[in-house]
Amino acid sequence: MGDLRELYQEVILDHNRRPHNFGELPDANRRAEGYNPLCGDHLTVFLRLEGEVVREITFVGSGCAISKASASLMTDSVKGKTLGETSALFDAFHQMVTSSGADQTPAALGKLAVLAGVREFPARVKCASLAWHTLKAALAAEPEPVTTE
Amino acid sequence: MSSVPAAHREPATAFDVTAIRRDFPALQQLVYGKPLAYLDNAATTQKPEPVIQAIADFYRHDNANVHRGVHLLSERATSAYEAAREDVRRFINAGEAREIVFVRGTTEAINLVAQTFGRQRLREGDEVIVSAFEHHSNIVPWQIVCDEKGARLRVVPMTSAGDIQIEEYERVFSDRTRLVSIVHVSNALGTVNPVRRMIEIAHRHGVPVLVDGAQAVAHIPVDVRDIDADFYAFSGHKLFGPTGIGALYGKAALLESMPPYQAGGDMIRSVTFERTQYNTLPYKFEAGTPDIAGAIGLAAAIHYVERIGLDRIAAWEHELLRYGTGRLATVPGLRLYGPPPDRKAAIFSFTLSHAHPHDIGTILDREGIAIRTGHHCCQPLMHRLGVDATARASLAFYNTFDEIDRLVAALDRVQEVFG
Repeated sequence: MGDLRELYQEVILDHNRRPHNFGELPDANRRAEGYNPLCGDHLTVFLRLEGEVVREITFVGSGCAISKASASLMTDSVKGKTLGETSALFDAFHQMVTSSGADQTPAALGKLAVLAGVREFPARVKCASLAWHTLKAALAAEPEPVTTE
Repeated sequence: MSSVPAAHREPATAFDVTAIRRDFPALQQLVYGKPLAYLDNAATTQKPEPVIQAIADFYRHDNANVHRGVHLLSERATSAYEAAREDVRRFINAGEAREIVFVRGTTEAINLVAQTFGRQRLREGDEVIVSAFEHHSNIVPWQIVCDEKGARLRVVPMTSAGDIQIEEYERVFSDRTRLVSIVHVSNALGTVNPVRRMIEIAHRHGVPVLVDGAQAVAHIPVDVRDIDADFYAFSGHKLFGPTGIGALYGKAALLESMPPYQAGGDMIRSVTFERTQYNTLPYKFEAGTPDIAGAIGLAAAIHYVERIGLDRIAAWEHELLRYGTGRLATVPGLRLYGPPPDRKAAIFSFTLSHAHPHDIGTILDREGIAIRTGHHCCQPLMHRLGVDATARASLAFYNTFDEIDRLVAALDRVQEVFG
């Protein structure tokens, strides 16, 4: 049960119940759809990019607690960040959820660190990273829905 | 823990599940320090010792190629492989062993029929009937051949209770219908389709029927001549046998009329560079060295199941299903999909109002309970139910009432985390 509490921390459950930045963004200039065919999770990330800065970011979709909380936390953390900072967060997040046994979670991740428990659940890493891959696709303005499969 | 006290409920029956479980080495293990409750049998089943032993024995003693050598080992391998075919014939009560084609599994069996019968018979404007219950493997092979031929797929809908709409099925036939391909037992809901009646209706229209029996053969007795199926497909690994082996039954006259599926060794009688004569049934459809050990393992699995008896298996699983249906009804926010226990087999497909199926699966896993979550390769069916995914606990004869209690207790844990 210890591991489960690590995974389903209160912060994560809160974001799952009441996700931040949930809804469409009418003046978005980038968007992408993400889909995890393994579990049926799908979400759409909307963002308004002003120059180098992610001015606004929202998401809609349905999925498990991990994918929803991850999307919610992600939108909080990248809002107002530059493309370079966003890219660094992506890398740090990816590193955190995929490197098993690593106790070092970069301080730069801030609140995103609550998702570190995911690395003990290999089957759930894709849930946590779906939003981030979708964000990456939106920034690259890739026209096709991305998947984490 | 469960708020409902666990009373003693083992019914008065000679079914000795404790002894049966001892035959399955994989069931003896702890996962995360808890006894494994394996409730993912619709995905694949565990293997009893005699199956594991039969495969090992073949490789230890009899390993040789079949239908070729004059030496002793080849004779032993050939006779064991052909004896396995006879076992499959008897198991589904086919008329002749040559009507049994060994394939990799149900998926390959359906593809075989689509690529041979389908490509040979379908013309532009023709129709193939499937149902809302189909697994992707009984949709996509038909889409591919229909696209190629300009034919189309007609889909029989299901009721909101999770049964096939039989009146709609009767109405969907036209003079362009060339084949019905229908699942016997739904992998997503457990619904048992009335295949005997559906085949009778199809035959009145002169249309042959393929039955996808992947989820049926481990749970209910199947008699292909009684239901009068034209094709019947199943996989060994869902029947306590190895992966990589399965069988396609086809009526001899149909199989004779079809072109070969794959080309290679064993499927030919004679080859010159000008012309090839194909082998007789069933070898015409078995190009290349087959999965000999797989067929022998499948035969061992059939012997194992026959020794217990499918009637007794079905009765035991029905008791589990009835018991579990009642117990799950006590879980707050749980919605169970599919028909009641008397019209389905071995499957609980459900959602919880507060937790996504994927989260349910993770929490149950840590309680030692293995279930499947997701769309179960039935996206059209999930769409019909209005959900992205369900949690699915699927039973085999080695499951127990205690495991169902543990499932219910673990769902209470989910409530604790998400409540």
